[in-house]
Amino acid sequence: MSLRAVNAIYTYEMRRFFRTMAQSFISPVISTSLYFVVFGGAIGSRIDQVEGVSYGAFIVPGLVMLTVMTQALSNASFGIYFPKFMGTMYELLSAPISFLEIVAGYVGAAATKALFIGVVIMVTASFFVEMQIAHPLAMVAFLLLTCLSFALFGFIIGIWADNFEQLQLIPLLVVTPLVFLGGSFYSISMLPPFWQTVTLFNPVVYLISGFRWSFYGQADVPIAVSLLAIAGFTALCLLVIWWIFRTGWRIRQ
Amino acid sequence: MPSIVSVRGVRKSYDTGFEALKGVDLEIEDGEILALLGPNGAGKTTLISTICGISQQTEGTITVGGHDTLKDFRAARSLIGLVPQEIALEPFERVENAVRLTRGLFGKRRDDAVIEKILRQLSLWDKRDSKINELSGGMKRRVLIAKALSHEPRVLFLDEPTAGVDVELRQDMWNVVRQLRADGVTIILTTHYIEEAEAIADRVGVISAGRILLVEDKDALMRRMGQKVLRIELDSPLGAVPEALADYDLQIEDEGRTLLYTYHTAAPRSGIGRLITGLTQAGVALADVSTAQSSLEDIFVDLVKENAA
Repeated sequence: MSLRAVNAIYTYEMRRFFRTMAQSFISPVISTSLYFVVFGGAIGSRIDQVEGVSYGAFIVPGLVMLTVMTQALSNASFGIYFPKFMGTMYELLSAPISFLEIVAGYVGAAATKALFIGVVIMVTASFFVEMQIAHPLAMVAFLLLTCLSFALFGFIIGIWADNFEQLQLIPLLVVTPLVFLGGSFYSISMLPPFWQTVTLFNPVVYLISGFRWSFYGQADVPIAVSLLAIAGFTALCLLVIWWIFRTGWRIRQ
Repeated sequence: MPSIVSVRGVRKSYDTGFEALKGVDLEIEDGEILALLGPNGAGKTTLISTICGISQQTEGTITVGGHDTLKDFRAARSLIGLVPQEIALEPFERVENAVRLTRGLFGKRRDDAVIEKILRQLSLWDKRDSKINELSGGMKRRVLIAKALSHEPRVLFLDEPTAGVDVELRQDMWNVVRQLRADGVTIILTTHYIEEAEAIADRVGVISAGRILLVEDKDALMRRMGQKVLRIELDSPLGAVPEALADYDLQIEDEGRTLLYTYHTAAPRSGIGRLITGLTQAGVALADVSTAQSSLEDIFVDLVKENAA
């Protein structure tokens, strides 16, 4: 593996992020603040506590996950789709590098950006609510794995997409609903029994539940299942990416 | 001279069944400028893309500097710089960063002195901090060349470097290519302009419908391409060529009303004067005379016919 090539892609991608620093930084801060005003302030005043945690604090892990997932996904999918769209893909294909360097560079950069924004949101949240982190190591692990796996997933979408519509399709049609219905803003136990069962088929539930556990020590599903789910998802994405580069699907004629 | 790039029996077919390369053999000599001449859709770009790793051959082997482009792709590709036909650049990136990215992708240590040398050579130094979308089309093409040179390749592929480029820039481009050759870089360029091949190439390869029809020393090919046809229309039909003019190898067409004489512009004497005198002496009355240069297309047609025969 050529570390210089990975570094070249990574710094190039990160520079794009820092070039638009204002947007990258301000927009998550504003939207998080809005969530706190609307959900925490308006709705939260009617729900005093969820499982012993104030509603405002309860939604922080879900909010972080929501943003981290969508950011990792959109950054990675856009990152690799852009060279396809601009025609600069030729450069990656004719360089003496394999898929390892390309994935490491693009996914690494997308995951870093998502992580950065996730931290910004947590810091913003700490101004609004009392937060505690019961299991800091697990929290970091969940956060990193989520950034990584969704960046990998985004990379796959970016390779698959032939146009900007397709690039938006999966994030809008699949991921956003799954994340919203994944218990970002509520506990699964608040749902009627039938919907509780349905929810268990939503993979995002396991991620948000596990992440929330690392904050408040409570989870909708067992923590081991959550870890298994995120590890499995990461492995699945890696497998698909390995296959893409082996076969040259949508990349190499 | 040893070959730096060696292409053997390379075929490339697509899922649609279209065969873009139908068994290409090509040896590119170290340090030469080879022009690949061919009409649109001949397979020029496919051949280059396959050597550079953008597409993969269905059959056959390619080596660059002795390294197989599939089995040992890292070693093979690090010797190659590629300037694509289409201008493909990120519009908001700055020139110097774009060039530096390519160097990094090729695993070379960051070296500002090398980048500066290349940018100066291509008259891009003053534009190093400009965004790419602020540059003119010709400047963008230079950026593509700068990127391809950023990792100091031994072999440079230029895919139609002067397509859609104005005359002045074309001259500049040719000067750059000559300069690179002087530095020892092997250059392969594709074009469909004969004059381009004429101006800078050492050897010329002609490719058509996925086959290399010939690879020849430029001067030899230019002599072949410099063929002209003199068309003589006669007042009254002629049954046979007059005996005195037998060595002219004239062709009779139009039931004896037209005589065709083929000659080379590069030949010391065209023989036209003597031919016309000879015709007059033989009592043949001329109605009209015209000449036509065989076009590139005619030459392709001839070559394809020869090839099929």
